[in-house]
This record gives sequence, structure tokens and C-alpha cells, in this order.
Amino acid sequence: MGCFPAPGSARPCFEGRDLSETEENEQQETGTLPLDAWHRGKGARMVEFAGYWMPIQYNKESGGGIVAEHEWTRSSAGLFDVSHMGQLMVTGEKAAEELEKLLPGAIGTLKPGRVRYSLLLNDEGGILDDLMVTNATPWIEGDEEAGTEGHWGEPAYYIVVNGAMKWDDIAHLREHLDDDVTLTHMDDYALVALQGPNAATALNRIMRGVPEQLVFMQSLEHDFGEWPLRITRAGYTGEDGFEISVPAEFAESLCDRLCAEIEVRPAGLGARDSLRLEAGLPLYGHDMTETVDPVSADLAFALTKKRRETGGWMGFDAVRTLMESGPKERRVGLALEGRLPAREGAEIYVGDDKVGRVTSGGFSPTLGHPIAMGYVDVAHAEAGTDLEIMVRNKRLAAKVVTLPFVSHNYYRGS
Amino acid sequence: MARYFTEEHEWIDVEGDSATVGITDYAQGQLGDIVFVELPEVGSVIDKGKDAAVVESVKAASDVYAPISGEVMESNEALEEDPALVNTSPEETGWFFKMTIGDKSELEGLMDAKAYKSFCDSL
Repeated sequence: MGCFPAPGSARPCFEGRDLSETEENEQQETGTLPLDAWHRGKGARMVEFAGYWMPIQYNKESGGGIVAEHEWTRSSAGLFDVSHMGQLMVTGEKAAEELEKLLPGAIGTLKPGRVRYSLLLNDEGGILDDLMVTNATPWIEGDEEAGTEGHWGEPAYYIVVNGAMKWDDIAHLREHLDDDVTLTHMDDYALVALQGPNAATALNRIMRGVPEQLVFMQSLEHDFGEWPLRITRAGYTGEDGFEISVPAEFAESLCDRLCAEIEVRPAGLGARDSLRLEAGLPLYGHDMTETVDPVSADLAFALTKKRRETGGWMGFDAVRTLMESGPKERRVGLALEGRLPAREGAEIYVGDDKVGRVTSGGFSPTLGHPIAMGYVDVAHAEAGTDLEIMVRNKRLAAKVVTLPFVSHNYYRGS
Repeated sequence: MARYFTEEHEWIDVEGDSATVGITDYAQGQLGDIVFVELPEVGSVIDKGKDAAVVESVKAASDVYAPISGEVMESNEALEEDPALVNTSPEETGWFFKMTIGDKSELEGLMDAKAYKSFCDSL
């Protein structure tokens, strides 16, 4: 994402060091998403991300800028376009059973309307992607005249995966899921995330009674007029909020409705990244990759307890061995002194010994100092440990801290 | 006093044998919220086109190249306390450093304000 070039210009600004998104979109033409014109109309600066033009931030004149959008999301509500992400639907009587072969979480016991964070792993236990899976099985109303009772329809699981990984994920799922289940790529849907402490207030004014039907990690289908929406109380900022899946043709109108509320302003990928970093949420391709396992990544919570014992999922043997022996290194939070941020790739030292590396880092607008996530040898991974991070031949003082950096503000019920 | 601009979006105010260097309003707009500026040490010699400073925005680190060669005479200490000056006053109080002009011929080929404006418009 480096230096946020404007589209169509060869070299519009300084060369950035942070070339975070280089692997994607090889040779492929950059795609446009359903809200492309909407963003440009709001003065967004568009950059290539995960193969698409995406808004990195909105212009100053409309109250934008990464820090302003970050702070607005923490204090009110930001609206993020995350339509680059892959929205998939897996349906069929054996859908849960089949997904459990690939995901280390319990899917069979996930109730309709419930959401779970999970991972796709390879045979070596490496993380292929992280994802959210929702039991989207529909309730079929009974019909008195026909004499049928209400019942659950065909099992359906709605899965949201990372934009940069979606094509690989789809190939992986198609290869390993039984032919009896159907995988649909919902590429005619947009996905927007309304995030912040005022998200529920704003959404409730438009869709009265909907927010109160959900707590964190719950999801429902909601027909808003002619728009069939899926609304999930979750997000990637650490704040309360909703992800709304909407048919592409209605996406602009939905965003206009949301932004018409006084609490809501659009926010770009820049703020999304600084918000998720403060919330201690790892970013795929940076804080986890296919050479990193879920134990080292401190994501063992995604491995449902029962399934850690029973196994039957790809990568189980490798992960079980790691859980028994303990990981060599662990993902930790790092708080830095001073104002100079440490970026991805910076090396971490104790004395002369290199003990780790930064996988994402930046300046925390909420805390007013630089923060980072990285992997550190377990001997130096305890909270409170003093470390040094090398940035341009300078050693910056840093301390291991418990994640998240900024407390989560999820709504778990009153 | 003459002000010149580079294609790397730096400005240079030339006064006699010395120059003041900063980044342009266009540049700060592209970089976004600036949280740290690393300036060259006073007394160090910098070469045209080589790294002279680093600007850290919330998201990324970006190099600033020396627009001409010379010796650094002074750096703007106000940026240590308040790096956001580069956002609020890039072409005045948010200057980066003052330097000697090692070779006046290096000023040739730099743009004036009008040429720089049309350069930015073409981006």
C-alpha cells in the first residue's frame, strides 16, 4: 500500500518502503467493485488492493484522512467497503461435515444465525487463510393449508474470506469438499462494514429493531424493502458494528442511506488497518501466512476444544504435535517508545541476539505512540519483556504487551 | 529568493549560497497524516538524488531525496515536537532542513512554481 499512489500515475509520490500488497494482482487487470463510483464521488483516493481499486482514505474536505476516519470510527461510526472479500455459500445436507474436514472449528454444533472465526490450514498446519463462517441455514415457515410445519431448510454456511486469498480458497474448497455440497461464490454481492460505538444507533434508525436481534457474532437475513440483506454483528475494528452483505445493484443506495445518518462517515482501508492493529487482530499475508501455524499465531481459540481432541481436519497432526511440544515463537503485541514506527520486516533484538521480527506496525492514533505485532521467541514473549526493534540502524525500545492494545467494545448483550 | 521544485515533490528556496528544503503541499496530501520525520544530521553531506530524510505517515515510511548536493547546516527541530506541521504548513513552517549549495548547476532543470503545478496536474 506504500505511498498511496493516485490511479493512472506512474510515480506520483515518494517510494514507499511498505510494499504490503505486492504479491497480489500479478498481470491481472485491476478490477472495479460495485461501490467504485460511489467512493470516487466522495473524494476517495483509490489504490490497488487485493486486485481491485479500493478507497485508502477520503479527502480532507469531506472530513477524511486516515487519522480522522480512525478517530471517527472509534467515537461514532465508520462505513467501510470490504467488497473485495470473498463471500461464499456452502450448501448441502453434508455441508457441516464436509467443512469440518478443512476447518479446525466445530461447524456441526454451530447453531443457525451463529458466527465463528476459523482458519483454513494445510497439511503442515500452516494457515492458508482466516475466515468467518456463519450458519445461514434458512427457516422455512410452515403452511397451515398445506399442513406443513415450520422447519430448517437445507443446511447453508456463509463464509467470508480474505480478498487476496479468495481464488486460492475457492480452489482449495472445490478440491476437497465432496461433490454433494455446492460452493457458490457470491460475486454479485457487495459487503460493507458499519463499525463504531454509534453503529447500532444509526442502523436502528434505518432498520428499526434489527440491531437488538443480534449480539456479537450473530447474523440474520433481513429484507429491507426489496433489498435482501445479510446482517452480521461483527467486524475488524474492535468496535461494535455490523457487516452487511447486499446485492451489488443496491449497494450504493444502502451506503447513501447509512451515510445519511449523522453518526456515519465513510472510512477507508488506511483507517481499517490502524483500527485492526490497535484491536490486536492479525492480518492475513502479514501476521499469518502459510508458513505460520495457529499455535504460534496465538489463534488456538479458533481450534474448538473438542475438535483438538477428535481431529479429523487438515493439519491436525502437525498442529497436535506443536501443541504438545509448544511453539518456538509466538505472535505478540509490542508497544514502542518515542514516535518512530517500526514496520513489517523490522528485526527484534535482545542484546546482540535477534529474537524476532515485526509483521505489522504503525502509529496508534488512539494511544499516540507506535505499536506493532510480531513474532518473538517464546523465551522473550511474556508481557512486560523489554526488547529492541531495529529501524534504519536505530534501536527502538519496545515492550511486549497483552493484546489488544485498545480494548474491544463488542456488544454481548445487556 | 527563488523557489524551485523537483519531480520528487520537494521544494527548495535558494538564498545566496544556501537553500531551505521541504516537501510540497501535494506531497503531504499524498502521504496523509505524518507522525514522524527523520532529518539528516547537521554537518552531514548529502548527494543529489540520494536519501536525505524519511517521512513516516500513519501507514508507511517514505524516502525524501536530496534535491541537490551539499552539506546540511540546520534541521527543523520543530518537526521533532510536532511532525504534523508538515501537513498543516508544508511549504513554510514545516520545512525540513537548510543546506549549502554544492553545485549551482544542479539547480538547472528544476521546475518553477508554474511548471511544478502543471507537472502535478499531469499526474
